[in-house]
Amino acid sequence: MTSTGPKTLFEKIWETHRIDTGTSGAGLVAIDRVFLHERTGAAALKSMAAAGRPVRDPARVFAVMDHIVDTRIGRGDGTLMEGGSAFITETRAAAKAAGITLFDVNDPDQGITHVISPELGIVLPGVTLVAPDSHTCTQGALGALAWGIGSSEAEHAMATGTLRIEKPKTMRVTFTGQLAAGVTAKDMALALIAAHGAGGGAGHAVEFAGEAVEALDIEARMTLCNMATEFSAMAGFIAPDAKTFEYLAGRRYAPANFDDPYWQTLSTDEGATFDTEIVIDAGSLAPMVSWGTSPQHSMPIDGAVPQGPERAHQYIDLAPGAAMLGTPIDVAFVGSCTNARLSDLRRAAALVKGHKVADTIKKAMVVPGSSSVKRAAEAEGLDTIFTEAGFEWRASGCSLCFFAGGERFPEGSRTISSTNRNFEGRQGPGIRTHIASPETVIASAVAGVIADPRELAKESAQ
Amino acid sequence: MTPFTTLTSVAVPILRDNVDTDAIIPSREMKSTGRTGLAEGLFAPWRYSDVAARTPDPSFELNMPEAKGGQVILGGANFGCGSSREHAVWALVEYGIRCVIAESFAPIFRANCIRNGVLPITLPRADVDALAWQEITVDLPAQTVTAGDATHSFTIEDEPRTMLLEGLDVIDLTLKALPAIEAWTDADRTARPWVYLEKTA
Repeated sequence: MTSTGPKTLFEKIWETHRIDTGTSGAGLVAIDRVFLHERTGAAALKSMAAAGRPVRDPARVFAVMDHIVDTRIGRGDGTLMEGGSAFITETRAAAKAAGITLFDVNDPDQGITHVISPELGIVLPGVTLVAPDSHTCTQGALGALAWGIGSSEAEHAMATGTLRIEKPKTMRVTFTGQLAAGVTAKDMALALIAAHGAGGGAGHAVEFAGEAVEALDIEARMTLCNMATEFSAMAGFIAPDAKTFEYLAGRRYAPANFDDPYWQTLSTDEGATFDTEIVIDAGSLAPMVSWGTSPQHSMPIDGAVPQGPERAHQYIDLAPGAAMLGTPIDVAFVGSCTNARLSDLRRAAALVKGHKVADTIKKAMVVPGSSSVKRAAEAEGLDTIFTEAGFEWRASGCSLCFFAGGERFPEGSRTISSTNRNFEGRQGPGIRTHIASPETVIASAVAGVIADPRELAKESAQ
Repeated sequence: MTPFTTLTSVAVPILRDNVDTDAIIPSREMKSTGRTGLAEGLFAPWRYSDVAARTPDPSFELNMPEAKGGQVILGGANFGCGSSREHAVWALVEYGIRCVIAESFAPIFRANCIRNGVLPITLPRADVDALAWQEITVDLPAQTVTAGDATHSFTIEDEPRTMLLEGLDVIDLTLKALPAIEAWTDADRTARPWVYLEKTA
């Protein structure tokens, strides 16, 4: 049913994609783009082939190797993860058989799904894009309705060009004011989830808005939208503006320009109402760090650990009331679909320049979000800054964000990580993960303990 | 897909909030590109005191003697959050779980349940807690959960209900609407030409 009157951006995109089949039931929604990766891609494609179902429009389906692929320089199909190579070779074969576009292990455009899709202009404002990967919501930063699905749903999307889904409720999260120095989009996401819970966005498609969101560059907007799934939202997105169109124009799969009047319609109308509204004063935020085993267990870095579930305190080995600053760490990681774009690496490099990773750190790594980010960073000399400071510089992939990359640390190791999940065992059995901004990872790597990036920035400025 | 009508089973409580799919099936337990061989890895970090040796941890609810044969698990808020891996549901199904009753679900996990014949039921937390270790009967046609004298009604949208009851192959169902999809696509090509890509090998 098409409503009249002021509409939210979500409602506009939904109505554009709603297919009327003349029957009742869940909405049949057209899907414009599907992205697969080797973790689940082969399973979905093989299952379709076994059922004799072709991909309906292979030109709009893409796959990339990011989850299991080795990130050591000079890699091939071999993986540290036992049996991992099969995911790569089977995805390659299945992608070829299905006729979809594959960005293979050493393709110049290889990278993490949610980094390369915007880089190549595959995601566009106003489109629907799905992938069997929960962080697909990242791509909502370009004004798309992008969300994660399961493998069966991916088969449905590829076979029919549609999904059957119930219409979600709408939410607007407005960040008023301006971020203070040293506070980033990552901190905005963690602050939202800490305040409203890991289930706070359940049942909703979430539009991020407000002065502090408009001020973010496109890459920082991706960081914010990335964590919508950690809020249990179906999707997170930001209305496209001049920055969005400028970022996308002329990219390989994007239009040469955004002159069509359609593009200017992609925003929430004045007076449109949302089912739920949240307002956060961005100016009041501090750098955030997780203390426990859910992203909702996050806190301002200079605070004391709050009381949470006993199990979380035990796993992470931090008691209520403990100071987070000064907690010794073993591993520092800058990477992932949350925080490994060129702007992330530039900020991290600027902060670490002239400093060294503390001797007590057993491993410090920077893994660029895409092969193209890697080349651009190297052209600027960022790789040298990182390696001189004591970080390893890697090829692109999901890497330490989760354990499937196969790299392991002793049980009980504590990591500071620019990733999105601090679940029990996420980075390996018994690993204690603290998620934070790349700046906080750098400051902590230099100090050898969890440290406030604002202090290191002051030091560097002197 | 196996149709779901009614089910009588002990309800095994895993009453933690934010049970994530990394806990339900860790990435390292997803060893092949297929959908099988996953039951052994179900809840591996919690179920085994020594994961490599597969030594059962007797304090984990699924390992308790009274959980034997249980086809229903109970969860807290935001059950199934995190990774979209459908392996979490495939592992549950292979282990023998047909129904999850929780205070709330993460959306991708819930959709994955419905696609695999697992009934996700949302009930208020106090009602979920009260079902712990009870012999319960889940009746999808009546949309009730009964434990002794207590009956709880639950809601589920019409389409998931029908799909579960009839064990429908949803792709076949949608392909019946292909003429409508194609007509829509033809019109959309004119309205939004930039969506449609030429295959470049």
